[in-house]
This record gives sequence, C-alpha cells and structure tokens, in this order.
Amino acid sequence: MHMTETTSVIDVNKPRGIRQYQWEIFLVVLFLAVNVVNSFLSPYYLTLDTFLSTPMNFLDKAFLVLPMTMIIILGNIDVSVGSIVALTSVLMAVSYNAGLPMPLAMVLALVISTTCGLINGLLQIKFRELSATIITLSTMTVYRGIAYVILEDRSAGHFPSWFSFLAWGYIGKVPFILIVFVLAAIVFAILLHTTRFGRMVFAVGNNKTACEYSGIRTGRIILGVSVITGLMAGFTSLFLTSRMGSTRPNVALGYELDVIAMTVLGGISTNGGKGRIAGPLISIFLIGFLNYGLGLRNVSAQVLLIILGFLLILSVLVQNFTDRPRQKSSSKSGKSAAPTHQSDAGSGSDIQGNSAQGG
Amino acid sequence: MQSQDKKQTGPSAKGQTRAENRQDALSTRPESAARAESASRAETLARNTETYRELGLAIFIVILSVIFQIRNPKFLSLSNIKDMLANTAILSILTVGMMMVIITRGIDLSIGSTMALAGMITSLTVSANPGISPFLSLAQGMAVGLAAGLIIGVLVAYFNILPIIATLGLMNILRGMTYLISKGKWVSAYQMSAGFKSLSTGTTFGISNLIIFAIVIYIIYAYFINQTKTGRYIYAVGSSPDTAELIGIKRRRIILLVYTLMGLLAGLAGVLWVSKFASAQGDTAVGYELNVIAATVLGGVSVSGGRGKVSGILLGSILFGILANALPLINISPFWQQFIQGLVILAAIISNVLLQRRNDRIALKKRVI
Repeated sequence: MHMTETTSVIDVNKPRGIRQYQWEIFLVVLFLAVNVVNSFLSPYYLTLDTFLSTPMNFLDKAFLVLPMTMIIILGNIDVSVGSIVALTSVLMAVSYNAGLPMPLAMVLALVISTTCGLINGLLQIKFRELSATIITLSTMTVYRGIAYVILEDRSAGHFPSWFSFLAWGYIGKVPFILIVFVLAAIVFAILLHTTRFGRMVFAVGNNKTACEYSGIRTGRIILGVSVITGLMAGFTSLFLTSRMGSTRPNVALGYELDVIAMTVLGGISTNGGKGRIAGPLISIFLIGFLNYGLGLRNVSAQVLLIILGFLLILSVLVQNFTDRPRQKSSSKSGKSAAPTHQSDAGSGSDIQGNSAQGG
Repeated sequence: MQSQDKKQTGPSAKGQTRAENRQDALSTRPESAARAESASRAETLARNTETYRELGLAIFIVILSVIFQIRNPKFLSLSNIKDMLANTAILSILTVGMMMVIITRGIDLSIGSTMALAGMITSLTVSANPGISPFLSLAQGMAVGLAAGLIIGVLVAYFNILPIIATLGLMNILRGMTYLISKGKWVSAYQMSAGFKSLSTGTTFGISNLIIFAIVIYIIYAYFINQTKTGRYIYAVGSSPDTAELIGIKRRRIILLVYTLMGLLAGLAGVLWVSKFASAQGDTAVGYELNVIAATVLGGVSVSGGRGKVSGILLGSILFGILANALPLINISPFWQQFIQGLVILAAIISNVLLQRRNDRIALKKRVI
C-alpha cells in the first residue's frame, strides 16, 4: 500500500502508455540503425556468433553503468570509478604475485574496491557541504595515485590460465561475461525498481531535504549506493584484468567518461530523481556496437573520444529540452493536475505519520 | 535549534515585562552596546579565520622550504627559486580562471585539453610561417581558448548542463581534436621560431617572461574581482544564485563570462606551455586540470561557492609549485606525485569545510547573545 502511494507521488508528471518509453524506443531504433550500418561495413558481421562475442569487448565497463545509474538518479556524479578499477586491479595482481592464491586475491580485490566505495560514501555523508563531484575527483586522484605508487611504470600479471575464463570463456555458445552481466542487470533492475531501497534512491534524488524531513536516512542511502558502486568496480576490474591478462596503473583510464556517457545517453536525467534502468542497458550495447563498427572502419581512438564527448553532451541537451515542455504542460492542464495534487497531499501526511513514528 | 528557541522565548519574555523594560530603558542601552561589541568581536573572529588560513598556508610554505632546504641545500638557491617561480607561473595563471569557476559552484575539467589544442594550433601555425610575431601567436592561442570556453559557458549557462558533464565532454572532444589536427605528430623545438620560444623562456629586466605574465594577470584580476561590479557579481552568483537573480544580476551572463575567461586563460597558458617546453604534443598537459583544481582549493576557494581570495590562490599555487619542484629534488619518485596531489586536494577541501563550520558556529554565537 505504502509503496504504491510513494510511487504515485514521485512519478506525478509521468506520461502514460507508450509515450512513457519514448526514449528507450529511440535508443532501440538507434541500436538497430547502428547494426544495419555495421552489417554493410562487414559481410561477416550479421551472424549470431559475432553478435554474442562482440559484447566481450565492452561488457567489463558495463558493470559500472548499473551503479552509475543509481548515482545519477541520486543527483550525484562519480568520477572515481575508473581509478577504483585500476587500484583494485593493481592490488590483485601484486598480491597474487606475492604468493596469495588467485581465488583469495580475487576476493581481496572485491573487498578493496568495496572499501574504496565505502570511503567515497563516508566522505560524502560526513562532509555534506561538499559535492560528490569534488569528493570523487579527489579520491579519483588518490586511488590512481596509490596504484602508481605501488606499481610505478611496471606491469603485473602472469595469472593462472583459468583466470582468463572470466573474460574469454563461453558457456555453450554464450560468453560467460554476458551471463554474469545479465544476472547483474536483473538484480539491479529489481533493486532499483521494486525494493524500498530503490524507491528511496529516487526519493532522495528528487528532493533530499524533503526526504530527510520525512524520516528517510539519506546518509544510509548514499552510503549504500557508494558501497554498491565500489563492489561493481571490483567486478569490472576482475573482468578487465582477465581480458588483458596483465595490469598497469593506467588501466581503465577515462572509464568514467564512457560510463557516464552510457548512463546519460540511457535517459537518466542528471538533475536526479528520474530514469529507468532499461535505457542505460540499451545504450551500453548501442555505444558498444557503435565502437565496434567504427573499429571495423579503422576509425582512430581519438575520433571515438570526440564522438563519445559529443554523445554525452547531446544526450544531456536533448533531455533538458524534452524535460521542459512536459513540466509546462502539466502545470497548464489544471484538470489533470488537480487529482495528482490530492494524492500528493495524502501521501505527504502519510510520510509525516512515518516520521512521527520514527522520531 | 537552540538559538531559535532562545530567540522565540526572548521577545515573549520581554512582552510580559514591557513596563519594566520601559523603566529600564537606560539600563538596556549599555546592554545593546555590549551586544554590538560582542557581535563585532565575533565578526572579527570570523574574518580572522580567513586570515589564519592564509597565515597557515604561508607558515606551511616556510616549514616545507626549511625541510627541503635541509634535505637538499640547492633548494633555496637563487636559480632554483627563479625556476620554481617560473614553473609556478602557468599554474598560477590558470588558478585565476579556476577560482572564478569554482566561486560560481562550477568546475572545469577541460582546461588541460584546451591548453593542448591552443598550444598545438599556434605551434603548427608557427612552424608553417616562422616569421609570425609571437604576440600574434599569443592572440591566436587565446582565441582558441576563448572559443572553447565560450562553448562550455553556453552549455552550462544557457542549456543547464552540469559543469562536470559539459567539461568532461569537451575535455575529450578537444583532446581528440588536438590529435586529429596534429595527425598524432609532435611539433618539436626545431620547428618553432626563436621568437615564439622566447615568449616563455626569455627574460625582461632580468625576470622570466612567465613571471611577468603572471604578475600582470594577477594585477588585472585582483582589480577585476575586488573592485569592479562584475567581479563582485561573480561572488554574488556563487554565494546564492537565486538571490543574485532576484536582485537583478544576470546570472547566466556571469556564468558564461566565467567559463569564457577560464578558456581564455587556458588558451594563453597553452601557448606559454608549448613555448616553454618547445614541444607541442597530443598529450600536452594531460590531467593538468587536477593540479589547477588542487592549487585553487588549497588556496581556500570554497567548492560550495562564493568564497575565495586572490591572495589565497597565489599562496596555493606557490605551495603547489614548491611541492612539484621539491619532490624530485629530495628524491621522491615522480610516481608519488599523483597520490600526493590527491591527498592535497582532499585535505584542502576538508579543512575548508571544517574552517567554514567553525566560522558558522561563531556567526551563530553572535546571534545568540
């Protein structure tokens, strides 16, 4: 009961029916267009095998898109994810080379990355005056700095051969990483869209102050999301290290751009409080296949940088434009606004009741 | 909360004993005088924390210098000091722009790329026509920077894109363009005219040109930010964007101006950088934005907006310049640099917050009495 009511409050202005999924449909169309173009570029492109194996090239960073979606819905930005991946990867390789068994090293990697996320979160809730941007900017420098201190300009690796299964292995015809990613995506979709925690993420992103007054422990939500981000950065680092076979302190450089671009292109508003996980999931594959196609054309990495930068800015631009008229129309049409106001007031008292219980 | 309670009970208690109050009108006068006095004392205390902060920075610089001097006697030699100042000049020029951006609650990650693009375009022009005047190159680089800054400013001010998103995007676009324009090649010393190289390496009246550039910019900037209306508007927009708009400040124009100036300075710095190192590469000044942000927040510019002083960023860049210069001198591996830089940013922003909290507490005390 309570859950459905909060939902109706948060999505007051949401258009109903198919229009609700405009952005996702647009992304799917783009995705199909990219694939049509790709298939003209290479006669070998349009096979099931290519389709299944191509994601192996970009899925490692896709694990970061899932928590980044939560972060941006919270109204924050995290630029430290690439550095967490690098630090984790370096520490895993170094501890393995120092004699730690590989499974333990992998667990250690996850623990370290989660700790990094925890530190980000603690800093954010202890120093609320500071924006997440500046905090993650400084931890980004610190984490990558530690990686450089440890490994300097060397590389580390010589992992056992089974470790490469993570990134290169197949189960049947399906790549292992694709299976893990699909599972992770399902978990995140459930977490974000059906649980209390997920609804609170949206609520905090909509109006942090109101949340605090209504008894939501916003600090815990922010901390939780940060820890999840750290954990997923750990997974990314496992798959990335496995894909490359060795590691250096400068791995995953600029991942934050890729990840933020994928998330924002997926329709997650940087104003916070809005978005569905389906969008980023589609845009992961859209950008991934786009890069693959451009690779087929021998387009240089620098051009990819430019394209990614443009995509990032364009998608925010388009969102800002599509957001605006919707707000106007809802304020103009008085009839449709009236009942929503009622429900707003009703659940408002509900929230007050909650806080009265809590306090 | 406590102060509010006292405020609420205060007037009502007074209301009950209004007659008494009227009688004691004489005796309340010294009370109000005492209140005013304690208020002004709290104010000076609050102001002092800002001064303390700069004093602290200055003392820290001295302590660091002494330590470095003990570890390496060459540290405080005249030539090294000159080197250090010249090396800090570009950083300090950029902190001027970054200070304005951060005062308006923004951030600019694109300046490293802007520097690279401006440096690359001017050095390519110089290598194609060696006869070109160095000042024309300077103007060209600044024009490139201005254009980049203008784009960011329009995106942030008029299209409501978060500064971090806009500048992250531009950072990559500009970097990619630098590689594309140069086709991945470098412009090396032999392709540059002597006049162009002397922009940074030359001296005027025995002082490095770089230092003179920095001094001129700081004088203009100090006048601009402290004495002109527009300069004060920048602070106003940073401390409270809504209020600024209510009193008729064109907030968007100020934000556009701030990013444009940042771009302009980055363009200038890019030309100076390329001229100084006599080489323009695709990866010129990669990650330099972090140094600039570090020096700026170290100088006491608050990332929550509205606060920052010219003297602060000057000290901040000098301290950062000393760190960058001294670490190799005392045999600390360059690989520690990024780590230390990160710690410096973190320590600076946290100490800024703690100082600010202390200031607010003092201000609250003023209200209670």
